Amino acid sequence: MGKITRRKFLAGSAAGGAALMLTPAQKALAAGSFEGFPEGMGVLVDLTRCVGCRTCEAACNVEQKLPEPALPFDDTSVFDEIKHGQKRRTTDKAYTIVNRYEPEGADPIYRKIQCNHCNEPACLTSCFVNAYKKTPEGAVIYNEKVCVGCRNCMIACPFHIPAYTYHSVLNPVIKKCIFCYDTRLKEGRPPACVESCPQQVMTFGKRNDLMKIAHDRIKKNPGKYVNHVYGEKEVGGTGWFYLSNVPFEEAGFDTDLPNKPIIDNVKDFLAIVPMVLTIWPALFTGFHLLATKGKSHGHGDDHSHDEQEGHGK
Amino acid sequence: MVNAGKQLMVGLGVLLLSSVLAISCYAMDYPDEVEIDVLANLYEAVVFDHAMHVDLTEGCADCHHHTTGTPVLNEYCAKCHDGKEEMDWVSCQDCHSAGPVSAENLNNPKTDFIYHNDKPNLKAAYHLNCIGCHQEVGGPTGCEDCHAKTEAGDEFYRSGEFTPKKSADSSGH
Repeated sequence: MGKITRRKFLAGSAAGGAALMLTPAQKALAAGSFEGFPEGMGVLVDLTRCVGCRTCEAACNVEQKLPEPALPFDDTSVFDEIKHGQKRRTTDKAYTIVNRYEPEGADPIYRKIQCNHCNEPACLTSCFVNAYKKTPEGAVIYNEKVCVGCRNCMIACPFHIPAYTYHSVLNPVIKKCIFCYDTRLKEGRPPACVESCPQQVMTFGKRNDLMKIAHDRIKKNPGKYVNHVYGEKEVGGTGWFYLSNVPFEEAGFDTDLPNKPIIDNVKDFLAIVPMVLTIWPALFTGFHLLATKGKSHGHGDDHSHDEQEGHGK
Repeated sequence: MVNAGKQLMVGLGVLLLSSVLAISCYAMDYPDEVEIDVLANLYEAVVFDHAMHVDLTEGCADCHHHTTGTPVLNEYCAKCHDGKEEMDWVSCQDCHSAGPVSAENLNNPKTDFIYHNDKPNLKAAYHLNCIGCHQEVGGPTGCEDCHAKTEAGDEFYRSGEFTPKKSADSSGH
């Protein structure tokens, strides 16, 4: 009788445990489908219009009061720059840059690079001091004063955007595009780069509206665009998204990114951690007490072990 | 009397018809030169040789869409604008606003916006039209090929007298 009771207890507790494990995991999956703030702003970047004049870089430099560049902003020799086998990247002194790519059998294409202001940013989720924030206006901003300079976000970002003030000895921090949040977006104005562009490569507006415009442009100009909006689905959707006339990988885009937010890779696991910490101690203490029920603990350790093994056999 | 009246009518009719035909082709009083200066800031105003471009292009619609009464090329526009109707407004800035174009237009129920909700702003309209065509036909495409930079422009682009001095602290990673 005693044995049956124990088996029943074990079966019941195992089922209960499994049910408990499933509940938070399902919640985590539901949370992963966050599609951005409904009124969040975004920018549609139409690469077919960009002529590589770098006016946006100059406008960003002025607006964000960035240090003097190494070369004038009308110098196109930067398009040939290769560092560590790579084209230019955003730095702590340049939050946006334009690179030139030469697809086979097509005219050169220019690609503006800046923070894409993800709906569910990987940088934000990787930050253990909670320096990052996705604002309802759509910007991914960060508090420099909180940043401890761990550089987790630099590794987490699927677009390699956050840069680091390596030259600062005492207080190195992260630097990146903030959608001109402090000076413009907060008041509903478009960022400096968007406003400065002579070709209106970028269109500013509500992300949802812009997505309609993007698909409209593809539809109304048959044959002009690749039938894909880069950033509509990538890593859970980005605030800034792109149209192109050449396949995106030929314009330097990473086309292997998942459509799920980066945090989904670890969300299920992370949801289980608190449960493990709270339930497992009680559960296994219960098992231990049942397993050792009615057995004396008064004898020496060696002796009791021998006795237990004998019983098991 | 009747005959004379009829002749007069016919004569007037022919005159009217021919003048209408003439206008519908090139007769619109177009300027030979246009100084585009409304947006001049970082660059000087552009003195646009309109007469030369009239000679070089195939038709007004190459630049003016449907507004000059010639057929449009884009089939989407052609659904409504058959190109027969000449408009009162033909200059770029009559339709393209200087300020940033709002994506909010998408939700504006007025006809103007239902079909023209993705209209570039004035600066973009100029540049997209000019550079777009120049790239196709091999015309000049450099910024300063069309307009000289102002001092404000040099300061903005850190060019000319504002060119950065080579410093020991070259850019970081």
